[in-house]
Amino acid sequence: MPVNGFMYPNEIELQWSVLIVIYPFVTGLVAGAFILASLERIFHVDAVKPTYRLALLTALSFLIVAPLPLQLHLGHPERSLEMYLTPHKSSAMAMFGFVYLWYLMVVILLEIWLDYRHEIVLLWQRSTGLKRLLYRVLTLGSSNISEGALRVDDRVGWVVTLIGIPSAFLLHGYVGFIFGSIKANPWWSTPLMPVVFLFSAMVSGIAIVMLLYMALMKIRRQPIDMRCVDTIAQYLLYTFILDFAMEMLDLIHRIYESDESFRSLDFMVHTKLYFSHIVLQIILGTMVPIAMLGFLQVVKVPERARRMAYAVAGCLTIIGIFAMRWNVVIGGQLFSKSFLGYTTYKVDLISREGVLIAAGLLILPFVILAVLMKILPPWHERETASAD
Amino acid sequence: MITRRRLLVLLPAAALAWEHVLAGTPESAPNYNRAEHWWGMLMDIGKCIGCGNCVRGCSAENNVPEGYFRTWVERYHVADWRQETPQVDSPNGGKNGFPPGTAVGGKNFFVPKLCNHCADSPCTQVCPVGATFDSPDGVVLIDEKYCLGCRYCIQACPYGCRFLHPTKHTAEKCTLCYHRITKGLTTACCENCPTGARQLVDLKNPADPIHEYMKTHSVQVLKPHLATGAKVFYHDLDGSVR
Repeated sequence: MPVNGFMYPNEIELQWSVLIVIYPFVTGLVAGAFILASLERIFHVDAVKPTYRLALLTALSFLIVAPLPLQLHLGHPERSLEMYLTPHKSSAMAMFGFVYLWYLMVVILLEIWLDYRHEIVLLWQRSTGLKRLLYRVLTLGSSNISEGALRVDDRVGWVVTLIGIPSAFLLHGYVGFIFGSIKANPWWSTPLMPVVFLFSAMVSGIAIVMLLYMALMKIRRQPIDMRCVDTIAQYLLYTFILDFAMEMLDLIHRIYESDESFRSLDFMVHTKLYFSHIVLQIILGTMVPIAMLGFLQVVKVPERARRMAYAVAGCLTIIGIFAMRWNVVIGGQLFSKSFLGYTTYKVDLISREGVLIAAGLLILPFVILAVLMKILPPWHERETASAD
Repeated sequence: MITRRRLLVLLPAAALAWEHVLAGTPESAPNYNRAEHWWGMLMDIGKCIGCGNCVRGCSAENNVPEGYFRTWVERYHVADWRQETPQVDSPNGGKNGFPPGTAVGGKNFFVPKLCNHCADSPCTQVCPVGATFDSPDGVVLIDEKYCLGCRYCIQACPYGCRFLHPTKHTAEKCTLCYHRITKGLTTACCENCPTGARQLVDLKNPADPIHEYMKTHSVQVLKPHLATGAKVFYHDLDGSVR
C-alpha cells in the first residue's frame, strides 16, 4: 500500500519525478562552476587558474542539459515555447526561459568565446578541411588578434564575468525561489530556500570542477597542481560551512517554531526520508566532507593522501547535494497537505521519467564536456608543454 | 436519401459543428453576463450524509477519469481529546459511499471538497503560461489547449484539488460546471445532492439566499491562514478539518 494515513485523493500520485530532482542539481553545478571560474577572473585568485577554462566549459556542458529534464517532464513538451512567447508575469516558473537564455547567451557563451577567440583564430589558420570550417564559424567573423583587440577581449570578458556573478546567483537563487515561494507546501515554503539553493549550488559546482580537474589530469597523465587543488578545497570548505549553517538555521528554526506542519514533516524525516536526509545529506554528504576538508586545513598530510581525501570529500559532496535536491523535490511531495498521511515514490526503470533517462541526463553533460574539450582545449599548449 | 444538393448544405453545417466540438469551449450563453456574477459554494457539514452522489454526478457530468477527483468527500472521526489528529478516510473519494465506521466515541462527520475557486488563487499565480486563469465571474478555469502539463499549479494548490489528466496530460480540476452555471443551471454535484448540503451561490446576486445565510450562520473556509480568498464556505466546520 503506497499510502500511510490519509492523503487527499489527488495527492497519492507524485507530480514531480526524479527529473525535477536533476534540474536543480544540474543548474546548481552550472552556477557553482561559474562562480569558481569567476574567482580567478574577478578576484584574481591565481592559484585556481588551471581550472578557469575547465570550469567555464563544465558550466556550459551542464547548462546545455539543464532544460532537458524539464522538457522531458512536461505533459505537452511541444507547447514549451509558449513560456517564451506568452509568459505569465506572476509565475516564477515563466521566468526560467529568460533567466536561462540570459545566462547561456550573455554570460557563459560570450565569456567562453571572448576567452577562446585568440586560440580559435589560430586554430582556424592552422587547421584544414572540416575543422577549418568549424573554427572559422566559431570566430564569428572576428579574426583580428592584434594586441589591441585582445586587450578589448580581456576587458569585455572581465565585464561579462562581473555581470555573470550576480547572474549565477540569480539563476540558482531563482530555482530555489520556485520551491520556496509555494505557500501550500511547508517543506518548501521558506525564504531561506533560495539562499540554501545558492550556497549548495556553489558547493556542488566547486566540488565537480575539483573532481574533474583531478580526474582529467590523471587521464592526461599530467601532474596535478596541488596549489590549485588545495585552494579549491579551501573555498569548498568555506562555502560548505556557510551552506551547512544556512541549512541548520532552517532546520533549527523549523524545530523551534514547530508550526502545524512540524509533526508531519518530523515524522517523514525520521521514516521515509531518514536514509536520504539524515544519512546521505547531513552525515555522509555534509558533515563527513566538512570534517575531512577541515582536518586537511589544520594537519599537514602528504600530497598523495591529500589528493585521495579531496577525491573522497568531493564525491561525498556531490552525493550529498544530489540527496539534498532529492529531499527537497521528492520529500516535498511525500506528505499530505492535510498533514495526516504519506505516500511513496516509486521510480520506474524504463519510462519517460525513469531511472535510465535520469542516468542518461546525468551522463550527457560529461559527454558534451568531452566534445567541447576536443574543440576548445581548456589548457594552453604551453601549459601542457611545460608540464611535460 | 441524400442528394447532391442536400449534401452541399449538410457538409458546411457538419464542418461548423465539428469545429465547435473541437474548440472544446463551453457553449455560449447569450443572456449570461459574466460581470454580474461572483460564484462560490456553500457546504453545510451537518447535512452531508456521505452518500457520494455528488462525486458520481460530477464524474458522469465531466468525464472525470477513474481514480481522480474534481470533488470528493472525506469522513472525519475526531476523538474528543485528539482534535489535532483526526482519523480521516475517503475511499475512492467517497464515490461509492462509505463502509460503516469502526471508531467508537468522539464525533463523526463528512466534509465534501472541491476546488475553492480562490479569489487570490495560488494556482493561477504560478501557471507559467496563464493556462489557468480567473474568469471575471470568480471561477478558476484551465485552458487545456494551452496547458504545458508542468504541474506547478498542482503543487501550488493547498487543497489537493488538481490532478494531471492521465490521457490529456494537462492539469484538471473542478470548473464549477461552468458549462452549466452560465446557462442558469446549478452544478452537477449540487444537483445530485439529496440533502442540499451543497449549494451553488452567487455572491453578486443580491437575491441569493447566501447573503441572509452568511448573516445568521457562522461560516468558515478551509485553511484561512493561507489567505487564498477561498469561495467555498463551510457551515459548522470543525477545527480539526484540514
